Amino acid sequence: MTGAEPTPGNGYLIRGASPLGGPRQDLLIRDGLIARVGPGAAPDPGTRVIDADGLIALPGMVDLHTHLREPGREDAETVETGSRAAALGGFTAVHAMANSSPVADTAGVVEQVYSLGERAGWVEVRPVGAVTVGLAGERMAELGAMAESRARVRVFSDDGICVSDPVLMRRALEYVKAFDGVIAQHAQEPRLTEGAQMNEGEVSAVLGLTGWPAVAEESIIARDVLLAQHVNSRLHVCHVSTAGSVEILRWAKARGISVTAEVTPHHLLLTDDLVRSYNPVYKVNPPLRTADDVQALREALADGTIDAVGTDHAPHPSEHKECEWAQAAMGMTGLETALSVVQHAMVETGLLDWEGFARVTSTRPAEIGRLAHQGRPLAEGEPANLILVDPAARWTVDPHRMATMGRNSPFAGLQLPGRVSATFYRGHPTVLDGALNTPLTPAAKETAWTG
Amino acid sequence: MKHLLSTHDLALHDALRLLDTAEEMAAVGEREIKKLPALRGRTVVNLFYEDSTRTRISFEAAAKRLSADVINFAAKGSSVSKGESLKDTAQTLEAMSADAVVIRHPASGAPARLAASGWIDAAVLNAGDGTHEHPTQALLDAFTLRRHWAKVAGTGSPGSDLTGMRVLIVGDILHSRVARSNVWLLKTLGAEVTLVGPPTLLPVGVDTWPCTVRYNLDEALADRPDAVMMLRLQAERMNAAFFPSTREYSRRWGFDDARLAALDTLGLGDTVIMHPGPMNRGLEISAAAADSVRSTVLAQVRNGVSVRMAALYLLLAGGTHDHPAAPTVRENPALSPTKEPAV
Amino acid sequence: MTVPAPHAGAAPRVVLAEADIDRALTRIAHEILEANKGASDLVLLGIPRRGYPLAQRLARRIGAVDPSVDPRAITGQLDVTLYRDDLQRNPTRPPRATQLPPTGIDEKVVVLVDDVLYSGRTIRAALDALADLGRPRIVRLAVLVDRGHRELPIRADHVGKNLPTSSAERVRVHLEEIDTAGGRPVNEVVIEGGA
Ligand SMILES: [Zn+2]
Repeated sequence: MTGAEPTPGNGYLIRGASPLGGPRQDLLIRDGLIARVGPGAAPDPGTRVIDADGLIALPGMVDLHTHLREPGREDAETVETGSRAAALGGFTAVHAMANSSPVADTAGVVEQVYSLGERAGWVEVRPVGAVTVGLAGERMAELGAMAESRARVRVFSDDGICVSDPVLMRRALEYVKAFDGVIAQHAQEPRLTEGAQMNEGEVSAVLGLTGWPAVAEESIIARDVLLAQHVNSRLHVCHVSTAGSVEILRWAKARGISVTAEVTPHHLLLTDDLVRSYNPVYKVNPPLRTADDVQALREALADGTIDAVGTDHAPHPSEHKECEWAQAAMGMTGLETALSVVQHAMVETGLLDWEGFARVTSTRPAEIGRLAHQGRPLAEGEPANLILVDPAARWTVDPHRMATMGRNSPFAGLQLPGRVSATFYRGHPTVLDGALNTPLTPAAKETAWTG
Repeated sequence: MKHLLSTHDLALHDALRLLDTAEEMAAVGEREIKKLPALRGRTVVNLFYEDSTRTRISFEAAAKRLSADVINFAAKGSSVSKGESLKDTAQTLEAMSADAVVIRHPASGAPARLAASGWIDAAVLNAGDGTHEHPTQALLDAFTLRRHWAKVAGTGSPGSDLTGMRVLIVGDILHSRVARSNVWLLKTLGAEVTLVGPPTLLPVGVDTWPCTVRYNLDEALADRPDAVMMLRLQAERMNAAFFPSTREYSRRWGFDDARLAALDTLGLGDTVIMHPGPMNRGLEISAAAADSVRSTVLAQVRNGVSVRMAALYLLLAGGTHDHPAAPTVRENPALSPTKEPAV
Repeated sequence: MTVPAPHAGAAPRVVLAEADIDRALTRIAHEILEANKGASDLVLLGIPRRGYPLAQRLARRIGAVDPSVDPRAITGQLDVTLYRDDLQRNPTRPPRATQLPPTGIDEKVVVLVDDVLYSGRTIRAALDALADLGRPRIVRLAVLVDRGHRELPIRADHVGKNLPTSSAERVRVHLEEIDTAGGRPVNEVVIEGGA
């Protein structure tokens, strides 16, 4: 983007926002940093004032699990469109999953994605590196080269496919210790899920769709936490979807095993009962589970057993969803609905306050991904990656009005609370008044903390 | 009723209306002139993504007896096999002014998808979808059972239901659309259904179905069923480790000569043996059982045309959008904008 | 009593009471025998729903005149639903049973019996249905009420009462075999609606 409005020389004064839902404060943003926090600040000449009356200030959201589709599936999403959607959704950083084409399994591909993210300038795009060459589950990819590349990859995942070979998984867990990496496992035992279409249970029995048993997820998580303990390495579990997985994670954490986990917004709200419509917009991997699972996931996110929310934003061209269930692609968009769904499922149910919201959407995912400048406190001298949220807003989800190219939102037509009013990425407003503003320009990127 | 997609959501009232109408259609089938003008000018498309000559012929005969124009659209050798999507095919049929689409599809839910998609206005009749449902098969089975049950009771069939009738469904329940459709419909009609099969071929979640589940066929027979419905064992299951061997399957869950004799020993003179066909003689049913006087196999085929006539007539004859039937797709409360999610 | 429709102009008025219906049917029974020169080969086919009990009543009267006639053996029901030309204009109606007497209808003198003759379309459908069932020697038509407004070249051979009506009015026939009023059987013909 050229011709973008430059950051005002004297920055932005956010007036009257409630950091983490607390007492109202003014926040002065200048040179990419939060320059001052306090009540009643008077604006300098040239400082743009943003009235944040009634808005909550939160650290910019960090997504550990985003499918940006580029390179290779630019008909589904590009880094540009996906990161616009992220900014609108309140994110200042996303992790781009490795299952592109070519697969992000070399330093060259992850640097390409990283550069595309920089050029787009809407959010920090951090590529995830593939664990195995071509996601084939046979040979370890050059994890070290990706870690040392300009993209500084720390999260490695074959997401979409489980690293099911226990020896390979063990080696990968061991190997990434050399550069403080983490293996993000897509836990799905392949033999138990051959041809699987939906959660195996009461609904699949009626619908005659091949079941996807919870045990296929739980058995891999059980194996992997034991492996992580054995080799003393760091494991992250993608998109936990069952109550049984929660119990295993709780047990592992109690034993001091270094495991973290994420849950998607859709698994916090939707159940497999929706599949009765056979509408493939509800087809996703892992599948929508039961109401009991949803309840267990909410409680686990609240008590920290599950560390973070990861959207698993998975845009698909319409023809991959406008077909029979069995032939449809798996996945749902999520970037532009994540905040609202989590507010609805967690905050408005009293399970999390806004501080907790910040923990699961920003602080913890940034720590897991080792993003030094994300998920920081809203304090003086910290990087200005933050968002302003109107928690009282109500809006009806319309996939056709989203920035993502994917129209496959399972929340279409649902009225949800909470809107992102502004997103500041490195001190620059990528979103203002609930609409895209301008991306961060290359000049503005030369900030003090870029490193 | 706008579509016939499943028996799961078929109300008793609609089921009885279908069966009673089928009785009148059966009467027409016994006349010299078997044709009726009721669907003159209407176009019925048989859209078959799976080979099933039996079902297609039955629907074709039904449509023709009602004077509808019939177009057979087989997936093999057509644009469908060249990758044309269901949506494009549906819109093609819409452009051809199809009034009804009879769809057979290997994917569970394809008919429901077609009906709810807005791609086509036509009535959709499910002629078997994947391992989901086969509602007209269940209706013809229920029709056959109802006639038998009425005869045993010495009453008339029209208007009656299956209250008190005990029906065994035996075999591969997991992959059977016939079993699913029958469980729901027979239960709606008041029958007591028992499923019998190897545990590997019973779906997880079957415990929530409105029926009894047993693993032992001989014990189930000792409970004096009024009808025993044997399911076809698909060839692809035989090599998929659901059971050790076809010999063991046949011994434990096949309706063999010994079990046929057991019906006599138990004094079950009125118990019928059903099979949706085509039969694997010697595997799930012995030749003697298939050909015995207890067998309703041929009556089932005959009744299939009557039941399909009834379905086509009731879906197509009246003005469109007459009265809404029971919804076939239930809305999820989680997506109701006004309500707190159910989860 | 029939509850008037909310927009009905005039209150329903009884145009044939029970005694009138009895007299009309007795007269028609005699006319049928006269036209047929006796009861031989007679078959009475009622058109559901109210044509059928009327056919039964006529057959009983014929049996009373000619004791050699078994009323049940000459009475049947002819459903015309599947032959109607207005199926697509109305909500789907399930067909009713067609039941012919054991003698069949080939070479018989078939008297179609219906309650009200109006446009004539029901009778056209009945003639089509009959043709698919066999080949009667003669087909005649008996109706309790002829209210005019014919849309086809069809007329009745035997009429209980000619009732000039406006097309805005509705003629309702209530027979005790089917209808009740306040729990009691009722036999009457009423006109509802109109100006
Ligand atoms: Zn995944």
